Amino acid sequence: MLWESIRMSWENIITNKLRSFLTMLGIVIGVASIIALITIVQGATNSISQQVTTLGANKITVNAMGTPLKQGLNEEDMKNISKIENIKGLSPTVSTKTNIVYQDEIKEDVTVQGKNEVYFQSNTSMLQSGRSINILDIQSKNQVAVIGQDIVTALFYGVNPLGKNLIINGTAYKIIGTLAPSSGFSATSNNETVVIPYTTALRSLGVKSITALDIYLVDTTMADDTVLDIKGILNAAFNYKDNAYSVFNMGDIIASFQSMMSMMSLLLGGIAAISLVVGGIGIMNMMLVSITERTTEIGLRKALGATPNRIQAQFLIESIFLSIFGGLIGLILGSLIAYIASTLIGVAYSMQISTIFLAVGFSAVVGIIFGYMPARRASRLNPIDALRSL
Amino acid sequence: MTEILKMENICKSYFMGEEEFEVLHNVSLSIRSGEFLSLLGPSGSGKSTMMNITGCLDVPSSGKYYLSGNDIDGLNEVELAKIRNKEIGFVFQSFQLLPRMTALQNVELPLIYTGLSPSERKKRTKAILERVGLADKLNSLPNQLSGGQQQRVAIARAIVTEPTILLADEPTGALDQKTGIQVMELFEELNRDNRTIIMITHDQNIARHANRIVRILDGYLTEREEP
Repeated sequence: MLWESIRMSWENIITNKLRSFLTMLGIVIGVASIIALITIVQGATNSISQQVTTLGANKITVNAMGTPLKQGLNEEDMKNISKIENIKGLSPTVSTKTNIVYQDEIKEDVTVQGKNEVYFQSNTSMLQSGRSINILDIQSKNQVAVIGQDIVTALFYGVNPLGKNLIINGTAYKIIGTLAPSSGFSATSNNETVVIPYTTALRSLGVKSITALDIYLVDTTMADDTVLDIKGILNAAFNYKDNAYSVFNMGDIIASFQSMMSMMSLLLGGIAAISLVVGGIGIMNMMLVSITERTTEIGLRKALGATPNRIQAQFLIESIFLSIFGGLIGLILGSLIAYIASTLIGVAYSMQISTIFLAVGFSAVVGIIFGYMPARRASRLNPIDALRSL
Repeated sequence: MTEILKMENICKSYFMGEEEFEVLHNVSLSIRSGEFLSLLGPSGSGKSTMMNITGCLDVPSSGKYYLSGNDIDGLNEVELAKIRNKEIGFVFQSFQLLPRMTALQNVELPLIYTGLSPSERKKRTKAILERVGLADKLNSLPNQLSGGQQQRVAIARAIVTEPTILLADEPTGALDQKTGIQVMELFEELNRDNRTIIMITHDQNIARHANRIVRILDGYLTEREEP
């Protein structure tokens, strides 16, 4: 019996192809926009949080703005912090901007950062060629440099930079390695950076203090306690002026970022859902027209012995069919849009099974809700009036 | 012969706004199995109302109606639909075939509501269409058939469920005279196969094909023996 109703509904949709398609269009647009928006936002979220994660989820970053008396952290403070439990390693940053020279070529305003070996250990894919700064370079304050890709292309076009001498602030540094090109935000990019041992930087770059400290943790679940311990030491170092420094737990930042993005996708999905409702009203409208047109048919079917339930089932199935069909087309269309958009923006495209279920389920629900009233009306038609309307 | 239909003092009234109109007045009628009865009356005589009540499309305001021994009084819509499916075969003036369906599908329609298996339905449908002389038109759409052929499809649809009563409402009304007579000959044949037929008409000449004529005028039934 159910099969018969399905077959009859299907035949009716087929015979009115153009009208059925136009009716579905609302649902198609609704589902397509939901799928596209959610997938794009999700793809963006994934690739952004991946980038953020490569910066280190197990990392606490300390920025020391300093006070007039004490411009930043010194090595003594670093030593104190490294004594805290749960700390795997420290990576200080000493940063300045200066001109660099290779042979006759000058590049102005290049960021020169003083780092240590931990910085390179924390991210093994950071190096493209040569070697990284090691602990011996730190201890003996070697004049060595690792340079970013933009500097390679700007000063060493067609030349292997390894072993060449780069003049930074009037002093020669031997280039020992190059950094792998980094994609992502300009703020975190190190394409235009020269990295030298921080000890060397403190001695010869005219910078007297460490402005930032990346602290790597053993156990990220204890991050909150560690943050408190770090703050204790920083308070002592800066004489309880807590505007002299800031401590970021990267894990917290990632978590809040992700919750922000999921809010965003919920919001966009909600807006797109409005078009689904509009599509549903379209279906209801078409069903009502269809019932008016087929009044005689309904009357005849009733005279031949169709119960009201049969009539209702037939029309309900028809509207569910229309909306699920529209949902499937919308799914395909939405995935396509999401794929093209993701490729254009340059984020990873990932379609989730849950999104598919969401789309199909949502459109089925729309079909039921907006098909119910017309189907009920059809089932209640009086067969005598219906037959007479011819 | 057994009595298959019995009406006792049936009244039917409609409300037109405030006023109440009684369309049928104390109608009593008894029909035995195998009869070919025609209900003859001019338009406005109440014969459509008679047809609706007989066909269980409508229920009387008062009085008793028994069909195959079942009391129709107090049945709900679902039960009435089942009775219509099982006991009544309708033939309409304008055929009422579904234009998108082939002859075969149109005839199959009532069997779908009976709940037979598809193969059984196909078998019965084919046999019935052959019986009314349309073996070569199984897959034709209604608009590919002549008026007479369409009415034959409609008659096949009416008898495919083996109903107790074949109820025909002006079956020749939309046909020319010659085709009308052919259709009436088909009815006579079906009646010879012991089918009970009630035919509603305003046409004396058509009514004469039946073996019993009941006249209806202004809601009153009168019957006299035909010579």
